[in-house]
Amino acid sequence: MLKKRIIPCLDIKNGRTVKGINFVNIRDAGDPIELGEFYAQQGADELVFLDITATKEGRKTFVALVREIARHLNIPFTVGGGISSVEDVAPLLQAGADKVSVNSSAVKDPELVNRLVEAFGSQCIVVAIDARFVDGEWIVHTHGGSRPTEKELFSWAKEVESRGAGEILFTSMDHDGTKQGFAVDALKKLGEIVTLPIIASGGAGIMEHFDEVFLKGEADAALAASIFHFKEIGIPELKNHLRGSGIYTR
Amino acid sequence: MKIAIIKYNAGNTQSVIFALNRLGIDPVLTADFEEIQKADKVIFPGVGEASTTMKHLRELKMDKLIPSLKQPVLGICLGQQLMCKYSEENDTACMGIFDQHVLRFMPSNLEKVPHMGWNDLVDTSGPLMKNLPDPNVYFVHSYYVPINPDTSAATNYIVPFSAAMHKDNFYAVQFHPEKSGVQGQKIIQNFIEICD
Repeated sequence: MLKKRIIPCLDIKNGRTVKGINFVNIRDAGDPIELGEFYAQQGADELVFLDITATKEGRKTFVALVREIARHLNIPFTVGGGISSVEDVAPLLQAGADKVSVNSSAVKDPELVNRLVEAFGSQCIVVAIDARFVDGEWIVHTHGGSRPTEKELFSWAKEVESRGAGEILFTSMDHDGTKQGFAVDALKKLGEIVTLPIIASGGAGIMEHFDEVFLKGEADAALAASIFHFKEIGIPELKNHLRGSGIYTR
Repeated sequence: MKIAIIKYNAGNTQSVIFALNRLGIDPVLTADFEEIQKADKVIFPGVGEASTTMKHLRELKMDKLIPSLKQPVLGICLGQQLMCKYSEENDTACMGIFDQHVLRFMPSNLEKVPHMGWNDLVDTSGPLMKNLPDPNVYFVHSYYVPINPDTSAATNYIVPFSAAMHKDNFYAVQFHPEKSGVQGQKIIQNFIEICD
């Protein structure tokens, strides 16, 4: 049975994790490698490292970091942030990343998805979609959610699927940061529209939210950041809880 | 022990090298025929699309070298598929070490394609699958090899398929041992420890 995945997300700036993280068990919580290894040992199924560095110099640091992450981590990981070309992706995959995620750049230039798929294969191309519910429609936003676009979530998801994307990472901006649960209805509908695996993001607050996202939202994976970083939910406890709800986890 | 990793345009090469490094092994990444033939073990990694990759292997004449190797050879992911006779992915003739056709998964409502994530190995047999600590391994693929007499581990997804195969000195896995936690580490260790 294919297992539902739990994915902690780490924001990286200039080679360091960003959010204030307080861990007893690791020496340097700002070190993405140590934190990544910690989550892998805890039973995380995958990790996402999102580079929020804007500068060119920072990007070089990120590639070097990805190589070190790959050296130490024995589970798959996705990297994203600021990727807009085949040339951006090649060094990240060569450094040992398993997948890359694209977001704003794909909205601006949808053909990018085709080019990446042709160059590297569907299996490593994740399209991240940030959307907000506005007047009865899920409107896609770019640039970290700051800019609304003409695109609507479900048709855009269908389009990236037809362009060859291997996975969709959907963040509900309405739910993100609220800790009130995932966008279960939108996720369920998304799952009916595309046949790609879907990673749900935004809204995790308590363990029951993960039951909902898998059982009602029918997501394939759930991503969260602060609840893991601030140890509000431990991954071993979460997996025990999910098993108790009849959800298959590793 | 000398481990050669076949050097071509495979996507997961670096991860395979790192996985061996974590076991204290320093493999050599090479496209040199003599060096590959002399190695104690050979790993044939693979991520990508079948027809482009086969074309590339034919240009390097690797499609002739790999089936002629006598030492233990491990094909990973696309590596396993290319060791079969034929792949439905863009109608591609492959190396024919395993007498099998590679087929595309048909998605259902609940079971999506690609098959992506952690799934169980069942009905395991043979030296590669010895003393496994945990049934879970990590998969990412849209094509599969059906169950056949050379299957040494099966996984159920849409249909039961060959998660691993073994024939003579050739071993192949559909999943990514280099990304499969302690379980994957054990499988790579088992491959390293295989004696002829």
